Amino acid sequence: MNTYEPVIGLEIHVELKTKSGMFCGCPADHFAKEPNTATCPVCLGLPGALPVPNKKAVEWTIMLGLALGSEISEVSKFDRKHYFYPDLPKGYQISQYDQPLCRGGMIATSFGDVRIHRVHLEEDTGKLQHATVDGKKVTLVDFNRSGVPLVEIVTEADIKSSEQAKEFLKKLHQIVRFLGISDADMEKGSMRLEPNISLRKAGEKGLPNYKVEVKNINSFRFAAMAIEYEIKRHALLLDNGTTPTQETRGWDEAKNATVSQRTKEEAADYRYFPEPDIPPMRFTGAYIENIRTHMPQLPDAYKAEVKAKYGLNDNQANVLSEDFGKMKLFSGTVSLPAVQEATISGPAVANWIINKVPDASSVSPAHVAEQIIQSKQVTHVDDSVLIAAIDAVLSENPKAVADYKAGKEQSKMFLYGTVLKRLAGKGDKQKVMDLLTGKL
Amino acid sequence: MLHYSNFRYNEPMKDTTFTTSDVRKIAGLANIPVTDEEAQDLAEGFTKTLKVVDTLSEVDVTGVTPTNQVTGLENVFREDEIDKTRIFTQEEALKNGKRVHKGFFVVDQVLEQ
Ligand SMILES: [Zn+2]
Repeated sequence: MNTYEPVIGLEIHVELKTKSGMFCGCPADHFAKEPNTATCPVCLGLPGALPVPNKKAVEWTIMLGLALGSEISEVSKFDRKHYFYPDLPKGYQISQYDQPLCRGGMIATSFGDVRIHRVHLEEDTGKLQHATVDGKKVTLVDFNRSGVPLVEIVTEADIKSSEQAKEFLKKLHQIVRFLGISDADMEKGSMRLEPNISLRKAGEKGLPNYKVEVKNINSFRFAAMAIEYEIKRHALLLDNGTTPTQETRGWDEAKNATVSQRTKEEAADYRYFPEPDIPPMRFTGAYIENIRTHMPQLPDAYKAEVKAKYGLNDNQANVLSEDFGKMKLFSGTVSLPAVQEATISGPAVANWIINKVPDASSVSPAHVAEQIIQSKQVTHVDDSVLIAAIDAVLSENPKAVADYKAGKEQSKMFLYGTVLKRLAGKGDKQKVMDLLTGKL
Repeated sequence: MLHYSNFRYNEPMKDTTFTTSDVRKIAGLANIPVTDEEAQDLAEGFTKTLKVVDTLSEVDVTGVTPTNQVTGLENVFREDEIDKTRIFTQEEALKNGKRVHKGFFVVDQVLEQ
């Protein structure tokens, strides 16, 4: 038995969450819509229709390139990629061939750096569903998704294990979410993964003479499982002196295995040529710098900030950065005056949110603050407890507050009663009334 | 219909002869059915056409930069806005479809790509 070294690259497709399409004004949100209700002459590829690139999609792709440390092309263009398939109404996809928007870049993982080969922009295809109609096996085509902006990220074959692939994908997913350019929702298919895998003998250099692609995987876990499966399959074949067939495979969830989809008899011939309907793009340094200036905070910067500013440890910073709801709840809670007055530490707030809040969208920062403060002060009821309770009640009852401000005196008594109920008999009632009046 | 991998625009195309197998390949890529007789005919026709195009190689293009755009335009974009005026209703979208079913276009079953 030989020892092999996996050589793994990734191709990731991310649907951008622009309002409109890549080259037309159709709505880009195609999820759970009636089929073929968001199409126009451009995205249906009708003769004479003129595609015009979406400025925001181009900007966002450049922004992603900047976040990955890519070099942004000074001149870029779109090309036609030809093939026949029912999800492609024009007979070609508008994509980018030899002048992608971004080249190079890198994401560091704990197993080593993974270099980015290129990042380019294209249009998504329609959606196919298999069905039986009138006793005949058919494919149903919905073109709502066709023409939605789609970014393709291609890595170099730097990945050596399924764990490293998973870590890379999680980091990329997080970057895309922080940039706010895609929901990157795996279940909805707005982020799709295609690992390509081959093995070489340990110690050998250079790329193996074959490569197996696994298409359209929609979870990090399945990507890791597909890679593991392929590594074992290739090793067995190679041990028997057989080179694995160069092919495209799919992940079968039911079998927990990859299955051959079609063997390419000859290399695909896409006959790329420059899209004659779209003039080239040229970007000035100032334009690119302006995008860089407006780039939202990236995950690494966020983690560094909460560690420096609030004294969180690596683990706390990591867990928060993986959940937008928790991030928001944390920043909302630590900045409350009640929390600062009660000298509740950042790590205490982070721990509470990480361990005791299962669903960050269902609670307010004031509520969290109140709970933390109460848990800290069992016997002595401090003013901060009262303030936190009042803040929570006020934030949860905006209508009563508005009614009071509009002159409805009973609303104050309702709020007062709610605060007392929340305090469960603790605290000086007069003080509660005074503080509440002051707050109102 | 020049084939990128076989021909480069900056290489002279002198004495290019189209065979029926070239025709078959192009017909396959273009998804057009071609009979044996037609293939023979097209091979001869393509060879003649290429000879005419070949006249271009007599032009001295030293110092001429290759281009794929002659409009001189650059950076033509649209703002990210929905244009409701051009969206088809489902009925309009499906109107020219040969086979439709419950709002979908229908084709013979294809393999997952
Ligand atoms: Zn459209």
